[in-house]
Amino acid sequence: MLIVAVIMLAGMLAGYLLRGRKRILRINSRMTMWTIYLLLFFMGMVIGHDEYIMQQLPELGFMAFIITIMAVLGSVSMAWVLWKLMFRKENKG
Amino acid sequence: MRGSFIILGFFIVGIFVGQFNHFPAWVSPDKYSSWVLYLLMFLIGVGVGADKKAMRTLTTFNLTIFMVPVSTIIGTLLGVSLIGLVVREISFAELMAVGAGFGYYSLSSVIITELHSAELGVIALLSNVMREIITLLFAPLLVKGFGKLAPVSSGGATSMDTTLPIINITSGKEFALIAFFHGILLTILVPFLVAFFLSL
Repeated sequence: MLIVAVIMLAGMLAGYLLRGRKRILRINSRMTMWTIYLLLFFMGMVIGHDEYIMQQLPELGFMAFIITIMAVLGSVSMAWVLWKLMFRKENKG
Repeated sequence: MRGSFIILGFFIVGIFVGQFNHFPAWVSPDKYSSWVLYLLMFLIGVGVGADKKAMRTLTTFNLTIFMVPVSTIIGTLLGVSLIGLVVREISFAELMAVGAGFGYYSLSSVIITELHSAELGVIALLSNVMREIITLLFAPLLVKGFGKLAPVSSGGATSMDTTLPIINITSGKEFALIAFFHGILLTILVPFLVAFFLSL
């Protein structure tokens, strides 16, 4: 948790200092992309290698679906409340 | 959207490769992956820090705009927590860690795989991909049912890039700044929140 914060903030500071260095920033966004590809490839490998997880995939997918539905419903419900509050404020002028 | 398919493509190819039992000794994913993950978070940080538009948007503090990501966070966490009341196989902390991906499936799934388990990582990957897809497909419906902030909220961290175009179309151009601020703030918060819930 703490290490995540430190690394991320260090990155943001470095990015701030590197502003305008277009070449470096282009390399940065390329590297970000390929790091994501690499990590997801690794993740796929770990999962493909694990027979137990492979058998569980349908259940994991179903759980993921339920979580998504509830996450979306929860967030849009709150968005609706906020929308109504903002809307009312706008109407009052 | 094209980017999402490429990312999923790498994941699926990885699954096929992993099914062969013999991989060379240097490919031991768990040996390096936490360092690669730290590298990724650093690179993402650099990208945000160097993005003038993102940083300027973040510093234009305005309570109304600020309340949108706050309500997305609260709504998402409340929504997924309800599952824990019914389903016993998964804990509240696990549910909230998956929910706290806010559609940022690449980062949240690798963090969860690293800090928790591959099973929950798979759930996070699928769930957060679905969140992006549902937002893209149902944005017009969401606006009708829940108002113009709904697709922003539903899009989560993706409201700054992949779902921004559909938000522009369905909610209107005047929501672009709200969506961008919302997405960038959630993007920064994803690693913290996911790691936090897994530490509970």
